[in-house]
Amino acid sequence: MATAEKKKKFRGVVYVAPERCKGCAICVEFCPTGAITMSDRFNSKGYHYPEFTYPDKCTGCGLCGMYCPDFAIYGFREKIGEGA
Amino acid sequence: MSVVEGIKENPVEEFLRTDRLPHVWCSGCGIGTTVNCFARAVKECGIPLNDLAIVSGIGCTGRVAGYLRLDSFHTTHGRAIAFATGLHLANPELKVVVYSGDGDLVGIGGNHFIHAARRNLDITVILINNFTYAMTGGQVTPTAPLDSIETTTPYGVFEQNFNLPHLAASCGAVYVARWTAYHVMQVKKAMVEALNKKGFSFIEIIAPCPTIYLRRNRLGSAIDELKYYKEHSVIQHGADTRDVGIDIRRPEKIIVGKFVDIEKPDYLTAMNEHLGEVLGDKYVRWGE
Amino acid sequence: MAEIKYTTADPKGVLTGIHYMDGNHAACEGALAAGCRFAAGYPITPSTEVVERFSARIPLVGGVFIQMEDEIASSICLQGAVWAGLKAMTVTSGPGISLMQEHIGLAACLETPCVFVNVQRGGPSTGLPTLPGQADMQQCRWGSHGDYEVIALSPSTVQESFDFIIDAFNLAEIYRVPVFFMMDECVGHMTEKLVIPEADKIKVVERRYTSKPPEEYLPFKPDPDLVPEMVKAGDGYRFHVTGLTHDERGYPVINAQAQKEMVYRLVEKVEKNAPKIWRYEEDEVEDADVVVLSYGISARVALKAIEMAREKGIRVGRMRLIVVWPFPEPRVKEIASKVKAIVVPELNIRGQVAREVERIVEGTCRVVRVPHAGGTVHDPQEILDAIMEAAK
Ligand code: SF4
Ligand code: SF4
Repeated sequence: MATAEKKKKFRGVVYVAPERCKGCAICVEFCPTGAITMSDRFNSKGYHYPEFTYPDKCTGCGLCGMYCPDFAIYGFREKIGEGA
Repeated sequence: MSVVEGIKENPVEEFLRTDRLPHVWCSGCGIGTTVNCFARAVKECGIPLNDLAIVSGIGCTGRVAGYLRLDSFHTTHGRAIAFATGLHLANPELKVVVYSGDGDLVGIGGNHFIHAARRNLDITVILINNFTYAMTGGQVTPTAPLDSIETTTPYGVFEQNFNLPHLAASCGAVYVARWTAYHVMQVKKAMVEALNKKGFSFIEIIAPCPTIYLRRNRLGSAIDELKYYKEHSVIQHGADTRDVGIDIRRPEKIIVGKFVDIEKPDYLTAMNEHLGEVLGDKYVRWGE
Repeated sequence: MAEIKYTTADPKGVLTGIHYMDGNHAACEGALAAGCRFAAGYPITPSTEVVERFSARIPLVGGVFIQMEDEIASSICLQGAVWAGLKAMTVTSGPGISLMQEHIGLAACLETPCVFVNVQRGGPSTGLPTLPGQADMQQCRWGSHGDYEVIALSPSTVQESFDFIIDAFNLAEIYRVPVFFMMDECVGHMTEKLVIPEADKIKVVERRYTSKPPEEYLPFKPDPDLVPEMVKAGDGYRFHVTGLTHDERGYPVINAQAQKEMVYRLVEKVEKNAPKIWRYEEDEVEDADVVVLSYGISARVALKAIEMAREKGIRVGRMRLIVVWPFPEPRVKEIASKVKAIVVPELNIRGQVAREVERIVEGTCRVVRVPHAGGTVHDPQEILDAIMEAAK
C-alpha cells in the first residue's frame, strides 16, 4: 500500500548531458531498477551515452548521478504534477 | 559546452568549474565518482562554499582542485598537506580539505601526512587509492599490493605496502574510514562525518583506475572492479586497523568502514590552551 | 590598477627602543615590524635563532609559528599562510635552501609574496654549519627549474638585518615574488646596537588586494606594472591557482603560447621594474681608479681595506649592493667605463657576483675577483692587495 501511495506522489526523473559522457556505462550497471540503457547513438567524442529508456521503472534514487564520474547524468525524485 | 537543462540541478554542478569540462579523467575512473559524494557531503554539512578551500597535490587525483569552483590550490607533488597546514593555521575559519592520491599523499608526501596526523591538524584528508602513479603511466606506489604489475615492477611487486587506515590511526588521526568507489552513500556519509570532525580526519577511498592499474593487471573494466568491491567488501566498523591491510592484488575481502572516531584536542586548540596557560593575559589567542 | 598602499607598522609587533642583539634576532624583530605574522621553519645552523625568537615573540603579538617536519614543508606551508591572508616567512641556511628550491619556483609561479631568509654558511653539503659563506647567491637566483626572477637583499650589519628585512617584505608585496634575505653567519651571529624606531616611523606595504568583484576579477591578469592583484582564500572569489602553466584565469593551459606569456611576464615584472628595486650605496666612486663592489659581510670587511688603500693615496671608490638581485646593470656599466678595475670580494671562490660584474662590464675595465672559500671573512689585507694590484 505504501508503495502504491508513493507511486502516485513521486516519479523519478533522469537528465543526461551526452557531451560530457565518456560511455563507461557505470550508471546503467548500478541503476537498481534498470531504468536507463546505453544509446546506440554517439556523442561528438564517439562515446555511447545513456538514455532514460524506462521512466516508469525509475524511483529517483539518484544513484546514477552519484556514480557518474563525468557529472553527465543526474537522477532525482520529483513530485508528480510539479513538472520538470 | 552547452549544459543540458536539468543537469544544472545536480548538486555537484555548483561545485564545478563547468567551463573546464569534460575533465581529464578517463572513462570509468573512480575519482569523479568521489567528487559527487564530496559535493553532496558539503551540502549536507551546510558549509558555505566561500569558506571551503581545497588543496591537491600532483597526479590524477591532484586534478580535483582544478575542477572545483572553490578557493582551490593545485600545489606541488606530495606537499598538499604542508600547504594546507599554512592555509588552515593562518585562517582557522576556513574549512580546509586535502584531496589527492596515494602516490602523492603517502609516497612523496608521506612525511607531511604523518606529521599532520600527529599534530591533529584540523583538516580533512581524502585519499583516492588506485594503487598506482597513474598520471605518469602506472608506476608502483607505496600502497600497491604484492604481485601488482606496474611499469616499474614489471615482474610484480615484492615490497610490503602501507596499510593506510593503520598508518593514519597510529599517527594520531581522530577520524579514519575506508570505503570504495562502489560505496557512494557511505563515502558521502563518511565525508560528512569527517568534515564535521574537529581534528585530522582521513578517508581512504579505493577506486578503479581502469586505464592503467586495472588494464595492466588484467582486472577488467571499471564496472568489473566496482562489482568486485561490492562483492568482496566487508563492513567492519571499529575494526582494529592492524587487521585491515590489503596485501594482495584481489584479496578475498576488503575491510571497509569507520575505524576510528575519537576526541582529542586539535593543534590550534592545544596551542591556545597551552600558551594561554603558560603566558596568561600576555598571550594573544589565535583564531578564536 | 591596485595602488601600492603604504601604511605604518602595527605597534603590536614593534619593540621600539635601543637594543643590543644579534643579527638573527634583529631579523626576527624586523619581520614582526614588517607585519609578518606567520613563520614556518626547520632548525638549521646558523639561522635557527631567527625562528627561536619568532616562536617566543609571536604568541605575544598574535600569529603562528610552526616548526615543520622539514624545509620542504616549511617552504610551502608559508605559502598556504600567505594565500590565507598573512605575511609569512621561512628561515634557513644553504642545505635548507637547496631543499626549498621546488617551492621557490612555486612561489614565483603562483606569485606568492613571501620572504625566504637565508643565513649563509659554507658548503657544499653540510659544509661549515657554524661558519660564514656567501655561496648561495646564485642558488637563490637560479636554483629552481624554469624561468623566473626573484629579488635578493643582503644586510651587512645588525641594524640592517632589522631595516632591510622590512624592505624585503615590502618588495615581496609590491612585486608578488619570493624575496630572499641573504644574511650570513657573521651578520646573523654578531651582536651590536640596534635601534628600533617608533611603529609610526616604519613604512609597511599592504597586499595588493583587488577591489574588483568576483565576476570581473582575473587572478593572473596583470596591472600595467605587470603585477596582478591578489585575493585570499575565504573572500568569496573561489579562485584557482596552480603550479602548472596557466592563463589569466589561473587555469592550466599546456602549450607553448601560454608558457611564453607566463614566463615572460614573471621575468619582466622584475626586469622592467628593476630601476625601482635597485638599491646600493656608493662613496667616492666618481673620481675613483678602482671601485670595490661587494655586499653583506664582505662589504663591511672591505671598508677597512678601502681605508688602508686611501691612506696609501689610491683613489678607491666603494659600491655596496643592498639589493643584489636584480643587479644594477646600468650603474655598474657606467662605473666600468670610468675606472681601471672593479674589485669584487665575496665569500665564495667561483665569483658568484663577480661573474655578473664581468658579464656586464664586457671587458671595459678589469674585474678582479677576491675569492674566499668561507669559514671566516677576508683578511682586509687580501682585499688591499687586490686593490693595489688593480690600481696598477
Ligand atoms: S556513468 Fe556517466 S560517463 Fe558513464 S555512461 Fe553513465 S553518464 Fe556516461
Ligand atoms: S589514468 Fe587512471 S586514475 Fe588517471 S584518470 Fe585515468 S583512470 Fe583515472
